[in-house]
Amino acid sequence: MSVQTTTAMTHPLVRYALVLALLAALAYSLYMPHMTPAGYASYMMTILLQVSVTAILAVGVTFVLLTGGVDLSLGSLVALAGVVAAIFARAGQPLGVSIAMGVLAGLACGLVNGAVVVFARVAPFIATLGMMTAARGLALLLSGGKPVPDLGESFKAIAGQRAAGVPVPVLIVAAVAGLAWLFLRHSRPGRYVYAVGGNEEAARACGLNVSLVKVFVYAVSGALAGLAGVINASRLTTGQPNTGEGFELAAIAAAVIGGTSLSGGVGTIGGALLGALLMGMISSALDMRDVSAYYQQIITGGIIVAAVWLERKGRRE
Amino acid sequence: MTAPLLSVRGLCKSFPGVRALAEVDLEVRPGEVHALMGENGAGKSTLARLIAGLARPDAGTILLDGEPLHLRSPHDALRRGIAMIHQELLPFGEMTVAENVFMGSEPARLGGLWLDRRTMESRARALLERLGSDVSPRRRMGELSVAAMQTVEIARALVRRCRLIIMDEPTSALSLREAEALLGLIGELKAQGTAVLYVSHKLEEVFRIADRATVLRDGRHVATAAMGELTPGGLISLMVGREVEVPPAVERWSKGEVLLSLRNLTRKGEFQDVSLEVRAGEIVALAGLMGAGRTEVLSAVYGLRPAERGEIRVRGRAVAIRRPRQALAAGIAMVGEDRKRSGLVMSMSVKHNLTLIDLRRCCAGPLVRSGVENRLADRQIERFGIRTPSRDRCVRVLSGGNQQKVVLAKAMLTEPDVLLLDEPTRGIDVAAKAEMYELIRSLARSGKAILLASSELPEVLALSDRVVVMRQGRVTGELETHLASQEDVMRRAVLAEENA
Repeated sequence: MSVQTTTAMTHPLVRYALVLALLAALAYSLYMPHMTPAGYASYMMTILLQVSVTAILAVGVTFVLLTGGVDLSLGSLVALAGVVAAIFARAGQPLGVSIAMGVLAGLACGLVNGAVVVFARVAPFIATLGMMTAARGLALLLSGGKPVPDLGESFKAIAGQRAAGVPVPVLIVAAVAGLAWLFLRHSRPGRYVYAVGGNEEAARACGLNVSLVKVFVYAVSGALAGLAGVINASRLTTGQPNTGEGFELAAIAAAVIGGTSLSGGVGTIGGALLGALLMGMISSALDMRDVSAYYQQIITGGIIVAAVWLERKGRRE
Repeated sequence: MTAPLLSVRGLCKSFPGVRALAEVDLEVRPGEVHALMGENGAGKSTLARLIAGLARPDAGTILLDGEPLHLRSPHDALRRGIAMIHQELLPFGEMTVAENVFMGSEPARLGGLWLDRRTMESRARALLERLGSDVSPRRRMGELSVAAMQTVEIARALVRRCRLIIMDEPTSALSLREAEALLGLIGELKAQGTAVLYVSHKLEEVFRIADRATVLRDGRHVATAAMGELTPGGLISLMVGREVEVPPAVERWSKGEVLLSLRNLTRKGEFQDVSLEVRAGEIVALAGLMGAGRTEVLSAVYGLRPAERGEIRVRGRAVAIRRPRQALAAGIAMVGEDRKRSGLVMSMSVKHNLTLIDLRRCCAGPLVRSGVENRLADRQIERFGIRTPSRDRCVRVLSGGNQQKVVLAKAMLTEPDVLLLDEPTRGIDVAAKAEMYELIRSLARSGKAILLASSELPEVLALSDRVVVMRQGRVTGELETHLASQEDVMRRAVLAEENA
C-alpha cells in the first residue's frame, strides 16, 4: 500500500510513468547529430515558449478541477483578453494598463462563471460552456470580427524579449506557477480548495465558506486565462478574436496527465506543468521527425487516456 | 397445514467486523402476511436482501417450494417470483408509469424491437385499478407521490406474477392516510394469494395486518409466533431481549451548569417543539425509532439544516445558528452520523483532516506553519488513541473505528462546550466501540455537555445520564437512565401516548 496525501505530487506510479515519458521524449529529441549544446538550449527555450500559454491555463484550471468543477471558457477568454489588451495597446495606453485590462477582462468573466455556478447552481460544465460562447461573441464584437493590429513595440516585446536568455513568457509561467504552488501547498485558503473538492459536505460541516472558495477558483482561472491571452496576443502581434479554440481542452488534458482528478480533491501545480511540458515536448519531437500533424493528434489523444488509466490503476493498488 | 412457500434454514451472513445473521430460520406460507421484526441492526434488512438476491449468504439455504434457490442477483429472484419493495424507492423518474411497471419485462413485437405501448398502458391501467389506484399509466413517474410510486412498484411485482413480495419499512415515507391505503392494499394482495414479508418495527401496523411474526435480535432468530398469541408488550420484550450487551457506567460524576438548552425547537415535517437541557459533564441521549427526528434535531443545533422556530442557548446566551460556522463559534461541535459523507475528506491525510476545522490556529497570516500543524495533529492522535502509521497517511486507509476517532478528535480540536454525537459507533467493530465509549465518557468527565443520538438502545443506556425519547418528531418522554429499562424507552418510542 502506498502513502497518499494531497500534498504528495500524485501517486508514485503516475510520477514514475510521467518522468519516464519525459525522458523518452527528451532522448528522442536529443538524438540529433547536428545539434550543439547551445543549439539544444535554445531549442528547449523554444519549447518552453510554445507551451507557456497552455501552462498558465493549466495552472488556472487546476484550481477549478481541484474543487471538482471544470472551466471550458478558457480558450474564449484567451481571445477576449487578447482583444481587450490589444485595443488599449493600439490606443497608445501604457503597457501596464493594456496588460491589466486584459487580465481584468478574464477575471471579470471568471467571477461571472463562479457566481453562476455557486448562486444559480448551474453545473460548471454548462455555466462555462455558456461563457465559452458568450466571451467568443464579445471578442468578435469588440474587434469587429477582425484582428486588432498596430500594438506597438513594447507590447510585442512581451513575448519576443528575453531576460538572461530566457523568454519573458517562460519567466511569467515560472512566477505564476511558483505563487500557485505556494498558495495551494502552504496557505490556509489553498487547503480549503482541496477540502471543498475532496468532500464538499464535510468542508461545510467544518465551517468553511464553500461558496467563497468556489467563486475564488473560477476567478483565478479567469484571471490567469486573461494573462495567457495577453501573452498569446503579443506572440501573434495582433489581438485575434478567433484564437484560442481548444486551448481549454489542452489545459485540462495537461492537468489530468499531471495527475489531477476530474472529481476533485487530488492534483498539483507541478503535475499540471509537467503535463503541459510533456505534451509540448512530444509534439515538438514529432515535428522534428516530420510526423504529420494528423498522427500527432492521434498520439496526443492516446497519451491523455493512458495517463489517466495509469493513475486509476495506481490508485487502486 | 400448507407447505411453506419460502423456507430459510440456517442462514448466516457476516460483513467485515459484524456478524449480521447467525443461523436464521424463517418460513413463509403461501398467501401469508409475515412480519419480520427487530430493533435497528437486528438483521431484518440483511435477511430481506438475501432473500431478494441482493446479497449472497455465507452459509445456509433458501428453499422455494421445497427446492433450493441460488440467487445471484435481484433479477434471478424476480424470475423465481420474489420481488422487493425497497425503503428507498428506485423509480425511473423520467419514464411513464406504464414503462416503470413493465421495466425489464416489456411486451414487445418483432423480437423486442417494437415496444407495444398500447398493450403496456392498458395492462398497467388494469393492474393499478386492481390495486385500487387511479393513476394514469401515461403520467411521468417523477410527478407521483411516494405512495403512488410504491403502488406502481407493487404493480411491477405483480406483472411478473411474483408470489412473494418483500416490503422493507414501506410506511416510513408515507403519510398516515397513505399508510392506511397501503395496509388495505396488502390485504388485497393476500386475498389474491400473494405472500408478503413485511419488514417493520411498527407494532400497530404489524398487529393489524400480519398473520405471523418472526423476531430477530442481534442477527439471531428469537421467536416465530402467530399474532394471536402475542401482545405488544410481549413483542417488545422479544425485540429488546433481557441482557444489556454493554455494561452501563457505574461511575457517576457531578454535573455543572446548563451548557445547552433548546426551547420549542421546530422544523416543519421533521420535529416539533423540542425542548431539552444538557449540563456540563452530562450525557443526554436522544432515543427513538428511525425517522423519529433524532438526527434532524442535532443537524438543526449544528446549523446543517437550521430550525425554523425556537431558541438555542449556550451557557444561557441565545445564539442564532444558521450554518455550522456559527455553531462552532458558539462552542458547539458535532460528529455526524455518516463519516464518509460529511465527516472526513477521504482524499486527505489524517493530519489535514484533523486541522481542517480550525486551520487558523496553525497559521501565520495566510500560510500554514507545518511545525504547529504537526504538533497539533500528533497531540490529537495521541489523545484519542488513533492508530495510524503516520499523521501523513491518507485517512481512507484507516479502519472504520480509527476513522471515527479522527472525526471525534477533529470536532474536539475546537474545544467546544457542547458536543453533538449522531450514531457515534455506527459501523465500527466491538473493540473500537468500547474505546469510543471510554472516550465519550472521559469527555463528559472533563466537563463537556454531550447530546447523543443513537438507534441502539444498549448504547443509549450504557452511555447516558438521561434519555429523551422522541416519536414522530416530538418528545414523548424523559427518563433517568439508571431508572429506565429498554422496555420503558421502547414503549415510549413505539406506542402512541395513550398506550404508553
